[in-house]
Order: sequence, then structure tokens, then C-alpha cells
Amino acid sequence: MSELRQIYAETIAELAKKDDRVVVLEADLSSSMATANLKETMGERYINVGIMEAHEVSMAAGLSVTGHIPFVHSFAPFISRRAFDQVFISLAYSKNHAILVGSDVGITAEMNGGTHMSFEDLALMRVIPNITIYEVSDPQQFKDILYHCYSHSGLYYIRTMRKKAPRLTDQICDLKSGYREIIKGSSGTIFSTGFLLPECMKAAENLAKKNIHVSVIETFRIKPLNKEMLIEAAKKGPIVTVDNHSITGGIGSAIAEVLSEEYPSKIKRLGVDEKFGQVGSTNFLKTQYGLTAKDIVLAMEKLVN
Amino acid sequence: MDLKKFADEIRLYTMKELNNRGFGHYGGSLSIIETLAVLYGKEMNIDAAHPDNENRDYFVLSKGHAGPSLYATLFLKGYISEETLMSLNNNGTNLPSHPDKNLTKGIDVTTGSLGQGLSVATGVAYGNKLKGLNNYTYCIVGDGELNEGQCWEAIQFANHHKLHNLILFVDDNKKQLDGYTKDINNPMDFVTKMQAFGLNSFRINGNNISEVEEAITKAKENEASTTAIIMDTIKGYGVTAVEKIMNNHHLRPDCSLQFELERAVLELENKAKGQVPYR
Ligand SMILES: Cc1ncc(C[n+]2csc(CCOP(=O)(O)OP(=O)(O)O)c2C)c(N)n1
Ligand SMILES: [Mg+2]
Repeated sequence: MSELRQIYAETIAELAKKDDRVVVLEADLSSSMATANLKETMGERYINVGIMEAHEVSMAAGLSVTGHIPFVHSFAPFISRRAFDQVFISLAYSKNHAILVGSDVGITAEMNGGTHMSFEDLALMRVIPNITIYEVSDPQQFKDILYHCYSHSGLYYIRTMRKKAPRLTDQICDLKSGYREIIKGSSGTIFSTGFLLPECMKAAENLAKKNIHVSVIETFRIKPLNKEMLIEAAKKGPIVTVDNHSITGGIGSAIAEVLSEEYPSKIKRLGVDEKFGQVGSTNFLKTQYGLTAKDIVLAMEKLVN
Repeated sequence: MDLKKFADEIRLYTMKELNNRGFGHYGGSLSIIETLAVLYGKEMNIDAAHPDNENRDYFVLSKGHAGPSLYATLFLKGYISEETLMSLNNNGTNLPSHPDKNLTKGIDVTTGSLGQGLSVATGVAYGNKLKGLNNYTYCIVGDGELNEGQCWEAIQFANHHKLHNLILFVDDNKKQLDGYTKDINNPMDFVTKMQAFGLNSFRINGNNISEVEEAITKAKENEASTTAIIMDTIKGYGVTAVEKIMNNHHLRPDCSLQFELERAVLELENKAKGQVPYR
């Protein structure tokens, strides 16, 4: 098991080695993201601007204007809601190439509590025209996505946890399709991304014991979603979505928007409902917000029966 | 009240609280304790029995991650129980890392997202002025926090509106999360900067009780503008084991450091022995 932040730093080091255009930006969270050592190899292409997220984002736009490829990190709430107008105008509206990385997403912010717990970053980012959004769950996938964002000009938001992430599947991650079917099933589908996937897998196993065989699909590319895949999944049976985010504007919301127009289906969105973040361990918080395997099983059973 | 002793007690309970939880923002909590001791032990017109009295003085911990030492102070002043104090960062706690006005008695302003607290403090000061009150608003910002552009928007506002009822402390402990402030974004001299923005500003040793006391007296004498007291402090001040660690912003101690931090508590306890708790 590797830490995702380690993967981030390693991948940027690799890219920077072969391409002088690669720059990495931090806003005083370098030690938290394992990027501090990049200073040694990247020299002035490693930039720690200090605690200035708004400046960090607009400055990245300037670097993009001069042909550089900026990787821009902060905790998810600070790179999204704190610097939203800067993301919108300096990067998106101006059509600059940049890779935004928001870490400590949702309940993985744990002890930093409500001010640091982002249940709204997806909702904000999703509304930006033409942005591509990923949420990562495993080391190799994170690496593949970083390479992809580096080599295809555009604006990206990658949502990630910082710490250890288990490898969930041996399937490679097909960036064209934007999803992985981690567990195959015939009578329904659980959709999720990132940190909560293991809960979804546990739920699918428990449902299988009750003779309800559902798929678990990781929609690691949240925007644009793969519509054909969603429609095919909906044809099989009911859908439960699981968000480490608010149910307003998260993946459940995105999937429901597509299916209500293309293939109206029975859908239950699990996620944070009209609540703010709070201090707690991830296990505690999963229970608080109804995001455990048990909650997922109950939701699916209700739809199936 | 003996403010030196009060500061020792705040330090003792800050350490107990953090050690009990096993991790936290030790450095920035310890550097502001002398300021908290003078404010809560002498300067501020506050009463735990009447926390909503509108004539009270207000306090904004803009560098919210230093919550633990503010909580220790609030405990010693009778706002929260020892049990609550020891619930720092537990599941379902009313004492999160960063102060939350809706969870903890005695907290006026919710902070934790750096750069916002000072703006809120100017709003509090302005609002109290609107109501014709003669109370003060005190605010502590971090030297790293002053990276945030929003802080300087607040300072321009404070100057323009001559908010003499706002007294600002800059905890100039020379470090932020990733290292020394001078290596990340050279802050230059905060006194010169604040003066250039129109504020009354001077530098003191912020870990010295009498210098903090004098500074507040001086600030109150100045009715023409907001005063910014720039405090030279040491990140982790008063606990050698923390002071000597370079990256002491947030600690998750291993066994040997845990031992040292427990010993620091014993030393602080001995120092405080024979004292009546301040309630
Ligand atoms: C907007 C925002 N960005 C980043 C952080 C993460 N963070 C918490 S404390 C800190 C460093 C603060 O440095 P300083 O203000 O000097 O505090 P002190 O040295 O007193 O601990 C950072 C970057 C945050 N809380 N808020
Ligand atoms: Mg500092």
C-alpha cells in the first residue's frame, strides 16, 4: 500500500525530469503532500507561494500563459471554494492548461474538522464548463491520470485522499471509458468513487449472500460521465450512489441528472445531506453521515424489493 | 491576578489536553499563551456567567489551529469543564481543533480557514461601534496567516474606518507550516508594513507578560487608529521539547517524544504546585 501523496510527488518528479515545462505549486501544505523534496530536483520550478490559495491559482494561469504545465495543490476546500473565482476566471474562462489537485477530501479530513471538510468541491467544480474531474482511489490510477492530464491540454480537477490507499482491483484504468467495474453483478449497480469504494465492495458482498447480485462501478471520471455506461447499468436494475460529498452536486446528483433524461430509473443517493463537516475518525464519520456498507445494503434492498 | 502563574497554568493544561489526545498543533498553541494570559487574566471584560453580555470584550483567534491553548484558558476561566477540555478532537466533540462558536461556550468567532478571522474581527469592531459600545475586540493572527491577501483587505478596512477598538496581535513566531516564513514568502518587517497601511504598530517580546501588558495600555491610549502589536515569539514557547523541533507546527509524537512531553507536564505541574486554580 502506498500513500497517494507519495505517488503524487513521485509522478511529478518523473514528469519534471523529462519536461522543463512542468511546474509544481503549493500553498504552505508541501509537508502535508510530500512534495517538499521536489525543491531539490525541480529548483525554481517548485514554487511554495505561502498561504495564498487565490494567488496560487491565478499565478498558475500566468505560468500556463508562458507555456508551463502547472500542478496546483491545496486541501480540497481551499483549492475549490476558497479560490473559486480564480479557478473560474483565471484558469477555466481563460482556457489555460492546469491540473488542480484537492486533497483530504470529504471525511478523510478527519481531525481538521468542519472548516477543512469539503462536501461541496465537486458541486462547485462540476459547474465549470469543459473542466475534467477525476477522483482517485488507487496509486497506479492516480499516476495514469496525472500523466494523462499532463499530456492533454485543458483544465483538470483531481480529488484525492493523501494517505494510504489499498489497491482495489487489478483491472487497469481505462481513461477513455472513465470507469471501472470492480464487481460484476446483474440485478443492480452501486456507483461510487475514491475513499468509499471499499464500503461499496463490502456491501456488494453482503448483498450477494442474500442473493442480490449487484455491480460496483467506480466512475473515477466524474466529468464528463460515460453516459452509455450509465444507461446500460440502469437497464440491469436499481442504482445506489455513494458520495464522500454532499448529495447535492456530487456523483449521485450527476448520475441522476443523466438518467432522469436518458433512462429514468430507481436511484437512491447516499451522501452527506444538508450537513457540515465535523471532527472525527473516518469510521465515526461514515456512521454519522450514513455511508457504511450497512447503509448501502439497506438502500439497495429497499430498491430491489 | 499573578499573570505569570496564570500563563504557567494555561501552558500546563494546554499540554495535558494535547498529550491526552496524542497529536495536535503544539507549536502555534504554545507561542500565544502569554497573550492569552494577559487578555483573559486582566484586560478583557468578560464573565463566564454572562458570556452573551453585549458590553463584553470580544476575542478572535484568527489562527484557529491554536484552539487548544484558547480552550485551556477558557477552562481556567470557568467556561468549560475539565472533562470537555479533555475531549479535544474526540469523535462527536464540542472541542474541535479549530474554534467553533456554535459548539463551545466562550468562542465568539468560528475560525480555521486562515485569513478570514481578521476580517470578521473588523466586522465585530465596526458593529460594536455602530451600537455605540465602548468595548474592545482583540484578534491574534499568525505571521504565516498574513500571507493571505484577505488579511490585508481587512487591515485596509480597519485603517480607513479608524477602528481604534480593534487591537491586533501578530504572532511573529517566524514559522508557518512548511518552515520559516522568510524562506517561503519573506514577510519583511511587519511593523513597517502595518505603519505603511496606516496602523499604529510596534514590536514587543510576545512571550514576556509585562511587555504584552504595556503594549495593550499603549494601544488603548491611541484613539486614532487600530493598533497592530507585532510579537516576537518562539513557536512552541515554554516547552523545550517542542521548541527544539524544527517542524513543530503539528506533532504526532512517537514514544520517545511522548515521554519528553509527559515530563514537560510534570515540570509544569511542579511549577504550578500550591496554586489555587483560576476560576
Ligand atoms: C485558508 C487555509 N489554508 C491553509 C490552511 C492550512 N494551515 C493550517 S495552519 C497553517 C500554517 C499557519 O502558519 P502561522 O499563521 O504562522 O501559524 P503558527 O505559526 O502560529 O502556528 C496552514 C498552512 C488553513 N488552515 N487555511
Ligand atoms: Mg507562525
